[in-house]
Amino acid sequence: MDDFLAARLQMAFSLGFHIVFACIGMVMPFFMSVAHFYWLRTKEAVYKDVTKAWSRGVAIFFATGAVSGTVLSFELGLLWPKFMEHAGPIFGMPFSLEGTAFFIEAIALGFYLYGWDKLNKWFHWVTGVIVGISGLLSGILVVAANSWMNSPSGFDFLDGNYINIDPIKAMFNDAWFSQALHMSIAAFVSTGFAVAGIHALMILRGSNIAFHRKAFKIAAVFAAVAACLQPLSGDISAKDVAVRQPAKLAAMEAHFHTERNAPLVIGGIPDTLNKKVDFAIKLPGLLSFMATGDFNKEVTGLDRIPKENQPPIAVTHYAFQIMVGMGMAMVAIAILYFLVLFKKKSWLETRWLLKLFVAATPLGFIALEAGWTVTEVGRQPWIIHGVLRTADAVTPMPGIAYSFYLFTVVYLSLAVIVSILLYRQIKYLRS
Amino acid sequence: MIYVVIVFLWTSILLYILLGGADFGAGIIELFTSKVNRPKTRKTMYNAIGPIWEANHMWLIIAIVILFVGFPKIYTTISIYLHIPLVCMLLGIIARGTAFVFRNYDAVKDDMQKVYTPIFIYSSLITPFFLGIIAASSVSGRIDLQSADFLSAYVYSWFNWFSISVGVFTVSICGFLATIFIIGQTEPGGDRQHFIRKAKRTIFVVMFSGALVFWAAYVDHVPLLYWIFGGLPGIIAIFSAIISLVIMFYMLNKDKPILLRLLAGFQVTMILFAATYIHFPAIVLLSNGENLSLLTHQGQARTISSLAYALLIGSIFILPALFYLIYIFQQKPNFKNNPD
Repeated sequence: MDDFLAARLQMAFSLGFHIVFACIGMVMPFFMSVAHFYWLRTKEAVYKDVTKAWSRGVAIFFATGAVSGTVLSFELGLLWPKFMEHAGPIFGMPFSLEGTAFFIEAIALGFYLYGWDKLNKWFHWVTGVIVGISGLLSGILVVAANSWMNSPSGFDFLDGNYINIDPIKAMFNDAWFSQALHMSIAAFVSTGFAVAGIHALMILRGSNIAFHRKAFKIAAVFAAVAACLQPLSGDISAKDVAVRQPAKLAAMEAHFHTERNAPLVIGGIPDTLNKKVDFAIKLPGLLSFMATGDFNKEVTGLDRIPKENQPPIAVTHYAFQIMVGMGMAMVAIAILYFLVLFKKKSWLETRWLLKLFVAATPLGFIALEAGWTVTEVGRQPWIIHGVLRTADAVTPMPGIAYSFYLFTVVYLSLAVIVSILLYRQIKYLRS
Repeated sequence: MIYVVIVFLWTSILLYILLGGADFGAGIIELFTSKVNRPKTRKTMYNAIGPIWEANHMWLIIAIVILFVGFPKIYTTISIYLHIPLVCMLLGIIARGTAFVFRNYDAVKDDMQKVYTPIFIYSSLITPFFLGIIAASSVSGRIDLQSADFLSAYVYSWFNWFSISVGVFTVSICGFLATIFIIGQTEPGGDRQHFIRKAKRTIFVVMFSGALVFWAAYVDHVPLLYWIFGGLPGIIAIFSAIISLVIMFYMLNKDKPILLRLLAGFQVTMILFAATYIHFPAIVLLSNGENLSLLTHQGQARTISSLAYALLIGSIFILPALFYLIYIFQQKPNFKNNPD
């Protein structure tokens, strides 16, 4: 395997792994704090059980998220030294603030996990909330750093030199808000559906129903609210990408030809040779509307992007379709759930509703990984959009393929162990 | 502002060695404990490090972020030429962090523990070992930016007696910190004697492996003696460390656990000081006699000043919270006036 490809795959794998654990570690504390709040208020022991069960999950996912995050901070240099040499001083600001947020999260988690019956009960609860808030802040800051790669700012690029560096301007680059918003909501959607699905399964199996009903409801409400908000944030992102990275938008939509009244392409197989999409549903004008707010405005197609600056079209297109498809499915489930919750309370007891949530367990995370693929693959061939090519940033050390195999084995075994661990947590709850 | 950043960098490294080191040491002494005493050691250590162990490892992240934001050339040079030991260290970090949580949070305590525990113990050993190798390699003058072949660029840069001996020394320092720390977590008269004996042994191991470092430096033509004893500050640091070690030896049997911890922390601080001050501001010594210096390879002024402010503001939040965390959970093993 060629070293460049190996380096990209290793990075993709590390991020793909980290993103799941980071999102769960970032969102679960909120669920946990809500359950904890109910326990403090109602004194119903079942809420305390839910809180404690979830806090064990938080501990496991925080730790795996923390180590995989530590690994990433080294991998940036191990795999992309020429990128970090230039980018580090420019986009380092969110990383240094993230260090603080993450540190506070670790401290607050120490208080929370070991503070039962030792701390004042409300102080104890607040430490749990701080775990959530500082986790979310870390996530937002890391995404701000990533968005800088999509929307580099805060420096002047002159004859290969990066001058007039302004780290604050770099942090508040044009993409930070839309990306951070989309990612944060995605974390709630994916974790919410995953957690709700697991508890729905437990209710169906008829074990410890009172416990799982409480847990299901908290997770499902978070998931449903977030799922309904996500299309709005997606719209902000689409308009933003259309302006800043027309090549990425064109690849997402397999939009080969620049045109007015551009159609929205749903599904299909992009044929890059003949520059068309087969078997797709096309909704006339909708892409123009979504990208610009006007059905008749022009949307830049791949024909305006030089070949060497085009991202891989098929991967970006499929990933985008998967993300949107999963997202829409979850919106539908969310709306149904709200209807049931407010209009048809009797359906709450039905098995089909629970089965639907069980089926939706992985949807959020599939959408999350797909969305991540869109933003990363869609940025190619650039590591810093329009400034530095990914191929020029890779480490000179040969043999990266071996390191890729090694990390793949490590991450796969970790994924297996974490799954076993979760399975055992759930089994333990049943007994 | 650059000096603010440098002070934070040095302090983060020191705190990682002290707190993270004691944490690694917990796994290391479990390895060197007879099977009979292992559960006891494990339980005592877990009660002590459980609440703060995640925080202990944040110092490494702070140090690495300071390096790549403020001193990108230094960060990338280390990343390229010490790739292999860095990867080994990372594997240790992954294995250890996850094994620690798994063995404490697995819902069912069964044979899976037999999987987690060895992973935890051995990764506690290899992580500081490679950390020591990386630290030593950055100053051993073997990093050759011109080298074309794989071995001399990516292997001999770290694979030498000096680096390996510093790796061993780092491991023994971690074990030493952990044993001194654990004394305060035990009841006088009870388990404490067991851990005091252990502490005495680790002190000898530290002295022996320290001597090994000097021998390896001599073999590898690293002028370590000159670095340490070439200036008055180094001589003073080493002698005060030795004096405090003698004091510590006498205090081991007295009931003064906090004093012991302070002395151990002081000794390690002095060792790090003596090892770094003579190179300052150089942090990486290259094979051609040149070096990468914290002053000449710093980022642009705006970067450094915003980094310094971020660190200062961050420490306002972090330090009080961290001290409070340590304070609260140090109350716990107070056997004399435990209200329960």
